[in-house]
Amino acid sequence: MMDQQLDSFRRETRAWLEENCPPEMRTPPKSDADVCWGGRKFQPSSPAQAEWLRVMGERGWTVPDWPAEYGGGGLSAAEAKVLREEMAALGCRNPLQSFGISMLGPALLKYGTEEQKHEHLPRIARGEIRWCQGYSEPNAGSDLASLATRAEDIGDHFLINGQKVWTSYADKADMIFCLVRTDTSSKQGGISFLLFDMEQEGVSTKPIRLISGYSPFCETFFDDVKVPKSNVVGEINKGWDVAKYLLGHEREMISGMGSRGGGASVPDTALRHLGRNEDGRLDDPVLRARIALFEVRSRAFAAMAERFIDTLKAGKAHPAQPSMMKYFGTELNKQRHELLMAAGGHDALEWDSEGSNGGAAPRAWLRTKANSIEGGTSEIQLNIIAKRILDLPGG
Amino acid sequence: MPMYWNEDQQMLADSARPFLADKAPVSHLRALRDEGNADGFSRDLWREFADMGFTGLLVGEEDGGLGLGHVEAGGVLEEIGRNLSPSPFLTTSVGAVTALKSGSPAARQAWLPGIVAGETVAALALEEGARHRPHRVATRAERSGNGFRIDGAKSFTVQAQASDLLIVSARTAGGEREADGITLFAIPRSAPGVTLQSEMLVDSGHAARVVLEGVEVDGDAVLGEVDRGSDTLGHVLSALRAGSSAELVGLAEGASGMTLSYMRERKQFDRIIGSFQALQHRAAHLYCEIEVARAATLKAQQLLDDGSEGAHEAASVAKAMTGMASALAVQEAIQMHGGIGMTDEHDIGFFMKRQRVLAEMFGDADFHAEALARAAGY
Ligand SMILES: Cc1cc2nc3c(=O)[nH]c(=O)nc-3n(C[C@H](O)[C@H](O)[C@H](O)COP(=O)(O)OP(=O)(O)OC[C@H]3O[C@@H](n4cnc5c(N)ncnc54)[C@H](O)[C@@H]3O)c2cc1C
Ligand SMILES: Cc1cc2nc3c(=O)[nH]c(=O)nc-3n(C[C@H](O)[C@H](O)[C@H](O)COP(=O)(O)OP(=O)(O)OC[C@H]3O[C@@H](n4cnc5c(N)ncnc54)[C@H](O)[C@@H]3O)c2cc1C
Repeated sequence: MMDQQLDSFRRETRAWLEENCPPEMRTPPKSDADVCWGGRKFQPSSPAQAEWLRVMGERGWTVPDWPAEYGGGGLSAAEAKVLREEMAALGCRNPLQSFGISMLGPALLKYGTEEQKHEHLPRIARGEIRWCQGYSEPNAGSDLASLATRAEDIGDHFLINGQKVWTSYADKADMIFCLVRTDTSSKQGGISFLLFDMEQEGVSTKPIRLISGYSPFCETFFDDVKVPKSNVVGEINKGWDVAKYLLGHEREMISGMGSRGGGASVPDTALRHLGRNEDGRLDDPVLRARIALFEVRSRAFAAMAERFIDTLKAGKAHPAQPSMMKYFGTELNKQRHELLMAAGGHDALEWDSEGSNGGAAPRAWLRTKANSIEGGTSEIQLNIIAKRILDLPGG
Repeated sequence: MPMYWNEDQQMLADSARPFLADKAPVSHLRALRDEGNADGFSRDLWREFADMGFTGLLVGEEDGGLGLGHVEAGGVLEEIGRNLSPSPFLTTSVGAVTALKSGSPAARQAWLPGIVAGETVAALALEEGARHRPHRVATRAERSGNGFRIDGAKSFTVQAQASDLLIVSARTAGGEREADGITLFAIPRSAPGVTLQSEMLVDSGHAARVVLEGVEVDGDAVLGEVDRGSDTLGHVLSALRAGSSAELVGLAEGASGMTLSYMRERKQFDRIIGSFQALQHRAAHLYCEIEVARAATLKAQQLLDDGSEGAHEAASVAKAMTGMASALAVQEAIQMHGGIGMTDEHDIGFFMKRQRVLAEMFGDADFHAEALARAAGY
C-alpha cells in the first residue's frame, strides 16, 4: 500500500480510537479478573469493558486481519500493524483475550469448511463463545501424539470417552477443540480434531489448584459424549496436522508474554520499593545492574517480536520460528518476575494482605513458572529448533 | 517499515556475500597475520571494496557516493563479520563518513573522494582510557589564529598507522568528564606534531596510541559545531554501534555455522556428536540469542536511517545484545570443537579473538546497559 494511504489510515484510526475507546480501557487490566475473555457466562467487570468489546467486535478489530466475511477487520498486514501501534500509543487494552482468536481461529481459517468458518469465526470475533483446548492427557504431555481419548464411530456421529488434563478454563468455556483417537493402528495418523459443546451431556470438569492459589485449569472427563461427524476439522485421522498448526499459533501467543508482559515495569517497581541513592540511582547497585542487563534483553526481544510478526505476515518466517519465540519469550518473562520479586523484597512475600493486592506479585511470579511448560515445554521447543531449523540429527 | 530487508537491500547483501567469501575468507586474515602485515588489512582488497561501491555506500550522491543507509551498510558488515575480513570499512566508510557529513564543504571535498575511491583510510581517535568512555576527553584544542592548536594523547586508535585521516575528539571547553565542550576534528595523519605508537592486537589488527603535540588545524577541520561536538560524536557512535552490531551478528553466525558443521560430522561414542541432546539444546539456545540480536540490530539501523530520536538508545540495545550473543557464540564454538578448537591451525579461534575486540569497541554490554539505565532514570 502507498505510504500516503497508510498515513491517512493511521489518522482515521487514531481519531476513531480517541472517540471510541473508553478512558477506563486505556490502562492495563488491574488483575486477571479484569481481563475480558467473552463467552456465554461473561460478566463484564465494568460497563466500559462491555462497551469496548462491543465497538471493537462490530468493527472486526478484535481480529483485525481476519477476512470481513468471517467477522474480521479485513485489514492488510501493514494496516494491522498501524492499528497495533496506535492502540499501544493510546494505551488501549486488548478488547478480547481468547483461545478462539489466538488458537482455533487460525486453524479454522486454514482447515475449516465454509460452514464451520461461518458458524464459528464471527462468534469468536464478537466474543460470544469462549473456547478451551483439549490436548493434554495424564499420559500424553510432551509426547502429545500418544493421546488415548477414544472417539468411536457410530455412523453419523462419534461417541467420546476418556480424560483430558490441564485444560485451561474448561469450567468457564462454552466449547472445546479436542484431540481424539479415531484409529489405534497409527500414532500420529490416528488422531482427529473435533469441536463440541461443553454443556452437553457426558462432559464434566474438575478444577485443579495451582501453586499460585488460582484454579485456572481442570481435569476434563468425557463419558459417552455424542459429537456429529460434521464437527471434525480437516479430515478424519488427519487431525495431527491441524493440531500442530494450531500449536504454532499458541506458541506465538504465549511468546508475547516476554514482550507484552503487561503491568509493572521492573525499574519502576524497584525504585518504588528501594528508593534512590545520593547519586539518584537505584539504591541497590547489583540489582540495578541485573535489571539493566535484563532490560537490554527485553528491548531486544521487543524488536524480535516486531520482526517475527512482520516476517510471518510476509510469509518469510521459518515454520519453526514460533518455537524460538515461545522459548525466548517465556524464559524472559520468568526472569522478569524473578527480578520483580527481588525488587519487592519483603513486601513481595505477602500472600493475602490488602496492601499487596491479595499477593498479586508472588502469585504472578509463581504463575509464570508455567509459561515454559504450557503450550509445549522449553525443552521441546529446543528440540524442535535443533531438528527443524539447525538440521541436527535425531538422538 | 517492515522489519526485514526489502528487495534492494537483499540484492546488496547478496552481492556482498560471495565477494567477501571469495576475496577475504578467514584464510586471508591468517595470511596477513603470518606475513606480519603492518596495516592488518590489504589495500588491494580495499580498492576492490571501492569497485563494488561499498566504500561510498553511506556517502551522499552529491559527494559521489551511493547515498544508501545503515541497513545497507549492515548487510556488508554482516558478511565482513562472517568471514572475519579485515578492512577499514567500519571505521572509514561508516565512522569517518558519518562524522564528515557534519563537516564543512572544504572538509568533505578534501576527504570524501579519496574514501569513495578506496584510496583514503580514516581512523577514529575517540578514546583516552582503558575502556570506552567517549565523554572523558582531556585532549585540548585551543583557539589559535583562525584555527585550533591541539595537544593531548588518544588511545586505542584502530588502523591509525595505515590511515591518512584522523577523526579526533578534543576539549574546547568544560571539565574532563563533561559531555559539553567537546569538538570533533578531521586531522591529516601526516600533520606536524602527530606521532603514533602502533601495537598489534589480539585479533591481528593494529591500534595506536596517538600523541598530538601542538598540532595546528584551521577552522575547516571542525566537524559539527565547536563545543557541541558531543552531538556529532553521538551520531558517529550510534552509527558505529549499529555497524559493529551487524558485524558481530555476522561473526556469531559464522562461528555457530562452523560449529554446527562440525557437530554434523564429528563422531564419538559411535555417534555424530550433534545428536547429543546436551549439545543440541545449547546450539538451539544460541540460535535464539543470535536471532534476537539480529532483530535489535535491524531496529537500530532502521531508526538511524529514519533519523528517529530513538536511534541512539536502539543502537545501545543492539550493541549490548550482540555483544552478549556473540560472546556466547564463540565460547560455545570452541567448547564444542573440543581439543581441535584450541589449536591455531583451526580457524575457529580467530572468531573468538575478533569477537573480543569488536565487543569492546564502542562500548560493551555493561557500558550500554548502564547508559540505558541512566537514560531511563534509575
Ligand atoms: C498453566 C498450564 C496451562 C495449561 N493449559 C493447557 C490447556 O489448556 N490444554 C491442554 O491441552 N494442555 C494444557 N497444559 C498442558 C501442557 O501443554 C503440558 O503440561 C505440557 O505439554 C508438558 O506436558 P507434561 O506436563 O505431561 O510434562 P512431561 O511431558 O511429562 O515433561 C516433564 C519434563 O520432561 C521434559 N521432557 C519431556 N520430553 C522431553 C524430551 N523429548 N527431551 C527433553 N526433555 C523432555 C519436559 O520438558 C519437562 O521438563 C497446560 C499446562 C499448564 C502448566
Ligand atoms: C590444552 C590441551 C591439553 C591437552 N593435554 C592432553 C594430554 O596431556 N594428554 C591427553 O591424552 N590428552 C590431552 N588433551 C586432549 C583432551 O583430553 C581432549 O581434547 C578431550 O578429551 C576432548 O576430546 P576431543 O578433543 O576429541 O573432543 P570430542 O570428544 O570430539 O568432543 C567435541 C565436543 O563434543 C562434546 N561431546 C562429546 N561426547 C559427548 C557426549 N557423549 N555427550 C555430550 N557431549 C559430548 C564434547 O564435550 C565437546 O564439546 C589436551 C587437550 C587440550 C585442549
